[in-house]
Amino acid sequence: MTNAAVRTLPSLDLVSDRAQARVRARYRAETRFKFYGLFAIGLTGLFILVVLTDIVRKGLPAFTQHQFVLSVRLDPAEIDPNNTKDPAAIRQGDFQALVRNALRSIFPDVKDRIGRRQLDNLLSSGAADRLRADVVADPGLIGQTVKVPVLISERADLYYKNFSTRVLRQAGAGTATPSGTSGEIEIALSSDNFAAVRRTRAELTLTENDPSRLIAINGGLVKLTQIGDTKTAGTVLLPLQSDATAAPGAWQVVTFQTPAANRRVNDREVAWFERLRELGHVESKFNWAFFTSGDSREPELAGIRGALVGSAITLFVTLIICLPLGVAAAIYLEEFAPKNRLTEIIEVNINNLAAVPSIVFGLLGLAVFLNFMGLPRSAPLVGGLVLALLVLPTIIIASRAALKAVPPSIKEAALGVGASHQQAIFHHVLPLAMPGIMTGTIIGMAHALGETAPLLLIGMVAFIVEVPTGISDAATVLPVQIYLWSDLPEISFQAKTAAAIMVLLLFLFVMNGAAIAVRKMFERRW
Amino acid sequence: MTLAYLGILALLIAIGFAFGRARAKAAGAAGRSLHSRPVYHGLFAVLAILLPMLALFVIGLPVANRIVEAQAVAQLDPATATNELQRGAALREIRSIVSGRPSATATADVRRAAEVYASVRGYADMLIVGAGLVLGLLGLALGMRALTDQFRARNHVERAVKYVLFACATVAVLTTVGIVFSVLFETVRFFDRVSPIDFLFGTQWSPQTAIRADQVGSSGAFGIVPLVVGTLLITTIAMLVAGPIGLFAAIYMAEYATPRFRNFAKPILEVLAGIPTVVLGFFAALTVAPAIRGAGEALGLSVASESALAAGLVMGMMIIPFVSSLSDDVINAVPQSLRDGSYAMGATRSETVKKVVLPAAFSGIVSAFMLAISRAVGETMIVVMAAGLAGNLTFNPLEAVTTFTVQIKTILVGDQEFESAKTLAAFALGFVLFFFTLTLNVIALQIVKRYREQYD
Repeated sequence: MTNAAVRTLPSLDLVSDRAQARVRARYRAETRFKFYGLFAIGLTGLFILVVLTDIVRKGLPAFTQHQFVLSVRLDPAEIDPNNTKDPAAIRQGDFQALVRNALRSIFPDVKDRIGRRQLDNLLSSGAADRLRADVVADPGLIGQTVKVPVLISERADLYYKNFSTRVLRQAGAGTATPSGTSGEIEIALSSDNFAAVRRTRAELTLTENDPSRLIAINGGLVKLTQIGDTKTAGTVLLPLQSDATAAPGAWQVVTFQTPAANRRVNDREVAWFERLRELGHVESKFNWAFFTSGDSREPELAGIRGALVGSAITLFVTLIICLPLGVAAAIYLEEFAPKNRLTEIIEVNINNLAAVPSIVFGLLGLAVFLNFMGLPRSAPLVGGLVLALLVLPTIIIASRAALKAVPPSIKEAALGVGASHQQAIFHHVLPLAMPGIMTGTIIGMAHALGETAPLLLIGMVAFIVEVPTGISDAATVLPVQIYLWSDLPEISFQAKTAAAIMVLLLFLFVMNGAAIAVRKMFERRW
Repeated sequence: MTLAYLGILALLIAIGFAFGRARAKAAGAAGRSLHSRPVYHGLFAVLAILLPMLALFVIGLPVANRIVEAQAVAQLDPATATNELQRGAALREIRSIVSGRPSATATADVRRAAEVYASVRGYADMLIVGAGLVLGLLGLALGMRALTDQFRARNHVERAVKYVLFACATVAVLTTVGIVFSVLFETVRFFDRVSPIDFLFGTQWSPQTAIRADQVGSSGAFGIVPLVVGTLLITTIAMLVAGPIGLFAAIYMAEYATPRFRNFAKPILEVLAGIPTVVLGFFAALTVAPAIRGAGEALGLSVASESALAAGLVMGMMIIPFVSSLSDDVINAVPQSLRDGSYAMGATRSETVKKVVLPAAFSGIVSAFMLAISRAVGETMIVVMAAGLAGNLTFNPLEAVTTFTVQIKTILVGDQEFESAKTLAAFALGFVLFFFTLTLNVIALQIVKRYREQYD
């Protein structure tokens, strides 16, 4: 040993407490790290869940609609005074007035102009549409009294969907004696029903910032303005049948929990709503009109039919343009393209085009299709063209992958028995690649269905009531309809937006499901 | 007219196909040997009819339109149609009269012009349809003459098919060219009015140009710095959300997840990627923004109802799938041998990921992030619905900011005055947006390509 300083290896410390603590720390770090990953995925899943439940919660009310069932007398004087039975003449009749009168006849006590107008406003401006159609179809109904469902206003509908206020009823303690049957009256109570409301005050004046307190007595309803320990005063909303003393339990204390200042319906309207419900005039049904009518400024009349048809026409245009184009381009690039600069440029181009922001395609559509070529604005034709260019890269890439997945032996066998190159491709390779191409196409179409931004720029945002019938009619599409509605302040439109989103998501879900099904059904492993 | 022409075209094509194929079949039945199968004979006849007729349609129709319009305009009083604009207006009026919507304001010479227009149009239409018919029949005759037994019909047809395929492949290139030109032209015109220096470095954005020159703000201000800052702010928030979550999700999926878990978790990410952005915009505007506002008020902060935070958070959620699926691919491409080496040294899995896999995949992950950023910058609906309109120059995520895409949409939706600086400004914004995202994409795709080559 010449070298005095022998380097000894540092002894490997594996058993001391410090070493074990170190190992434990490393394993803890490992667990933590793994947890971060799980957390990230969980967060994403949670986000989707929150988005979907939020939308379903907001959208479900839009699928039901309330309506009044009224007995309407089809007065010949009003709709067909000359007894012509001519549909054109009948169509001109003031059916709205008939429906209004039917509603007024339920509340004969409402004689003041304001009250009548309020009562009329419970009905939708399209309340009589159904009745008119029925009578035009069957003029024999004129002169009869028919029971028909009539559409009610948005506010009334929202009330029945519990958006306005909760109504609490409580049997009254002691007896109650009203001083009259209409107008401003006093009600003497034998026991103190409002101690909790009054707290320490001897007398309380109710304002519209307080929850409304009412007394239902003798078939009428009185809105209280003054509350004392035994003596209360108020305004009659629904007339009383008599001013007899009501026995304990025979009258009720009613509370509209939301103060009148915080809701869009006043106490009188709430009283009418409740009375109509008690009389069985209100029924709730599935809102088919949402699917069968076009857009409207009136929330209760607005539907998505126009947008659905617009989407269908637009997607049809997209499909017939981009499917042949995309498949042809894919076949060329995969099978026939020589390896040169031009081919390389095309390939790089397609990859980059796939990542161009969609709104830029809108600029292209605006500048080229509208301003340069002079195609019509707002038309599904232009929308379809723009979307076709937008999803073209997706379809080309998917089709190339599908073509590439077909084993070369198929093509070689065809060539071997004397087929030309094109015969081998079109007769043998392409049919085998078709399932993959279809899958890619469906996914591309789903993408096109959800696309909004480029369509905004080519004018598909116009307010369009009519359902489009051709590729050059002004139209809108489902996502744009969603965008348009989401901007409107009414709660009902909010619900309709969410409902339209549910329909859109359902379509996307079905399309993606179809893509998976096609893949599963025809998938072939070589 | 168009319909009649296409009808004749379709009819002739059908006849040509039937003729060509039938004759070849007859020849085959007679025992003569053919070079091509009968169907190619039919297709060749179709080509012989289609090409000349299509050429006439594409070239002849615009020429005819030009002539008809020139004839009609010539009838107008030269004093009332001095410039291009007036002539255009007169032409529109003429067209609407001809199509059966008589206009009450039309002057006598416009009416006369409309009559001329209608009659010349009639002649031109007849001429084109007639010429098309002659050309088609001529094509049919010549094609049939060329179709002998030994004629190489298949080769001709296949060459034509190849050209068609090539033309389809170039549509993608034409689209890009179309995009570049449509934004470039308008941008150049925009820079005639507003200097590029003001555009790029101005800190004021208010494109509302007043109608009269003496009104306040008559010039409009077109400085994009507030938009750049706004876009940057929202994108940064989005990437702060999507970066870590997407990356951790990708690491878990690539390194830890069992195949069963993968099968379950992958669709979740795909669902998120498939939700239309208008839906997320609705969620951002009506749920997230009020929630943030409420939370901010509870903490005593003033939060704008269209805060950058709300838009940024939801946009971040939207781009998680991009980050995670791209990173997942990249991590999976790291060779297993590197991991095995690390395990052999005694490293735990997380240590291997942190010290070996991620450094090896670094360039790929960078490119994934770049693609995600380009996606976020170009995203429109979420910011349109949840971000503001005013160009505030602020880095405060609780205030409302605006972005490129919001401004493009705001300027171009609804009635636009053509030729105004405001409308052109939208195209200039589109130009900046397009080239910014294009550059990011090109660089990112280049990095990915080089990265793949590294481990292949």
